[in-house]
Amino acid sequence: MRLDYILRRIGLFVFMVLMLSVFTFLLSFLFPGDALSNLSGVPSNNFAQHTQLEDKYLYNSNYFMQYIAFLGRILQGDWGLSFASGDSVFSQILDLIPATLELSIYALFVSVVIGVPTGILASAYYKQWPDKLISSTTMIGYSMPIFWLALLLIMLFSLQLGWFPMSGRMSLLYEIPPTTGFILIDISLASFPYQGMAFIDALHHLTLPTIVLAMYPTTVLIRFTRESMLKVMDQNFIKTARAKGLNRRQLIMHHALRNALLPVIKQIGLQFSTLITLAMITEIIFSWPGIGRWLIDSIYQRDYPAIQGGLMAVSLFIIFATIIAELIYTLFDPLSRNQAHGKV
Amino acid sequence: MHKLLLALLSTSLIGCIDSKEEILKEKNQGLVYCAEANPVSFNPQVTTTGSTIDIIANQLYDRLISIDPVTAEFQSELATDWKTSKDGKSVTFTLRKGVKFHTTAYFTPSRDFNADDVIFTFSRLFDVYNPYHFIGDANYPYFQSVGIDQLIRKIVRVSDYQVRFELFNAESSFLANMATDFAVVLSQEYAMQLKASEQTNLFDHYPVGTGPYIYKEYRRDHLVRFYKNPAYWKHDVVLEQLVYDITPNGTTRIAKMLTKECDVTAHPSSAQLSILAQRDDINVEKETNLNIGYWAFNTERPPFDDIRVRQALAHAIDVDKIMQAVYYGNGIRAQSILPPTSWAFEPQANIPNFDPALAKKLLIEAGLPNGFNMNIWAMPVSRIYNPNARKMAELMQSDLRKIGVKVSIIEYEWNTFIQRVGEHRHDSVLLGWAADTPDPDNFFSPLLSCTATFSGKNAANWCNPQFDSLLNQALSTTDIAMRKQYYDAAQSMIINELPLIPIAHGMRFQASSADVEGITLGPFGAISLANARKK
Repeated sequence: MRLDYILRRIGLFVFMVLMLSVFTFLLSFLFPGDALSNLSGVPSNNFAQHTQLEDKYLYNSNYFMQYIAFLGRILQGDWGLSFASGDSVFSQILDLIPATLELSIYALFVSVVIGVPTGILASAYYKQWPDKLISSTTMIGYSMPIFWLALLLIMLFSLQLGWFPMSGRMSLLYEIPPTTGFILIDISLASFPYQGMAFIDALHHLTLPTIVLAMYPTTVLIRFTRESMLKVMDQNFIKTARAKGLNRRQLIMHHALRNALLPVIKQIGLQFSTLITLAMITEIIFSWPGIGRWLIDSIYQRDYPAIQGGLMAVSLFIIFATIIAELIYTLFDPLSRNQAHGKV
Repeated sequence: MHKLLLALLSTSLIGCIDSKEEILKEKNQGLVYCAEANPVSFNPQVTTTGSTIDIIANQLYDRLISIDPVTAEFQSELATDWKTSKDGKSVTFTLRKGVKFHTTAYFTPSRDFNADDVIFTFSRLFDVYNPYHFIGDANYPYFQSVGIDQLIRKIVRVSDYQVRFELFNAESSFLANMATDFAVVLSQEYAMQLKASEQTNLFDHYPVGTGPYIYKEYRRDHLVRFYKNPAYWKHDVVLEQLVYDITPNGTTRIAKMLTKECDVTAHPSSAQLSILAQRDDINVEKETNLNIGYWAFNTERPPFDDIRVRQALAHAIDVDKIMQAVYYGNGIRAQSILPPTSWAFEPQANIPNFDPALAKKLLIEAGLPNGFNMNIWAMPVSRIYNPNARKMAELMQSDLRKIGVKVSIIEYEWNTFIQRVGEHRHDSVLLGWAADTPDPDNFFSPLLSCTATFSGKNAANWCNPQFDSLLNQALSTTDIAMRKQYYDAAQSMIINELPLIPIAHGMRFQASSADVEGITLGPFGAISLANARKK
């Protein structure tokens, strides 16, 4: 039963990826300019080069064969060259994605650590002042556009008070070899005289982007946890437990929490895909050297191979994250395995 | 288990915090310069992009001679002495001894700088047998546009420390061109090493020079990192490290200056200077600079091949409005292609004034009564000669709409922009030029000569043999009065033909943190950080 479920999810994943690759493949024909250049990233000027490319990309066969060749190259990691830099798109993406992931993971961590307990707190004091305060604050956080929040924070904490830097992952004077791509881990792995200061500097750089990026998922998690808790607290077994004379603390810790957190776990997984999208906006504002900023730059520079590669990488990642989140959720909630079809 | 983890975490964090002395020492470790664009190459021979030259030329390399920014006299650098023969056709340089090339991760020199390096460097420009001549499309935009590659007959090795340049004809600007930021000396030994390992394509990307800093790494759109050259021949270099933070957005550069993420900022726009001037911890320097911002037409492409259309467009734009809105009073309205501080400057009486009615009339004469559609390429970065090309283009767009010309504004990333303008893909472009030497030829040959058309520098795509002959005549004499006459004729020819419209001469600005000193801004040439230090 469980295997069957996993296979269905994998099937769904493969199908989505295929659809995505068809779309990406079509993009090179929809973009202005020569489709062959858009696919390969080589502005083919001379005849010999052009013929060579035509052979490699099966350009003179039908669209289906071209697509198969395209799929083959994608699987081999040959995603073409960037118009702007002439470097391999795939290796650029591999370089950049850790920075985006890092930011998203920290933001998710912050939002779970703050969001879930705050949500529980709000539900525990339902309709009393803590609940009202939390709910109204959440409402503000939920409706505030994150680029605006980012600019406000930069104005206040970077430009006025000078507490935090406004761009990059760390001061450029520290030379950190990119081993894993995760800056805090890389600093810990590197050995150089100012390691401690570099670490603190990196934390400083992380603070504002993480706060900005965590804002939306935190408010979502607060609201979600609160709703979920309230729903559980309304159920009969809680009423029974209360009738038996348990106090609020005991009710929440021993009975309600376990049941209420199940949908929250699913929500955390789903938030990850939203995060990647929001991370792009955050990266632009804080000059964070991640894939989002790179993708927007590529659009600005009409770097078609890079746009295709970037879109594909980001979408692949979101599909992957969503499916993983759902798989993890089913580990905790066996009932959901009975769903016949997967959802993305 | 939890306690163990907590203990581990706290000890590792405490271990990370260093003492105060180290913080102080750390401050003098390096300088961050916020640059406006990626470097195109790491060899000044193959590019003329000012943003690139600013980053590489004076930091990584040295030249044979330089020009004193105050007295405009030649100074010795890698050449200790130079003599021009009586007929002016040969110049002999005596070279400095004991100058060492950089030792980097990819190259360790086995000998000091000598005549071989000079011969290798300059023969690359014209000698088809030089193994590097054809590397990178054999395009040396500056040298080709001023004709140096056509001028040198051969370079003779007199001794280990003496070289003689033999020229086809005497040219008055030869020494001035040898003193530009482009005429840097490269290592022959390094070139031969790369050739032996068949990696010649790396030569322009992994630099080896004799300058104050050594190349370490370059990450596109992110940073360029140099370390100090401990064996620099001229003086001790104070800064351990020099990092260029690549920040194309001007507002972000200013903000980074305010948050102290940059120590020095390239090209703050004049609109933002007042914000910076309010701060005690930031110094703003302002220096007159030999430059010209212009609007060039692709004269090979209709309707811009018609002189009446170019005149109509020139009369349709309100330059005074541009001076206010773009230069904020920190610029001079151009009266010629040459700036007033140049000795050959002659104000042009018939420079087109703002007259939409005349513009409309000229368009009707040219057979375009209903106007036409065109594009203006606007530089995406702010430069000395044009702090905000986008805004300038927008002002022009609204002026031109009034005579029925519909304008679309086109922008690309800076290096892509320069490359595509070089391929003449534009209708018209807002561009400019900052001088490398005080010699007036530096404004004419690189911008409007026929050879500049082929090397992609001539944005007007304009080739006029009569104009070229004027320039050649001016170069073949050393008589200043004669030269001035030829350059007068050349200036009025430009205004009559209008391959480009001179708009303004800008001021060079630089913002630096108050504890940074030793950065010199000159009236020409690129910035030098050789003496930069933190107080």
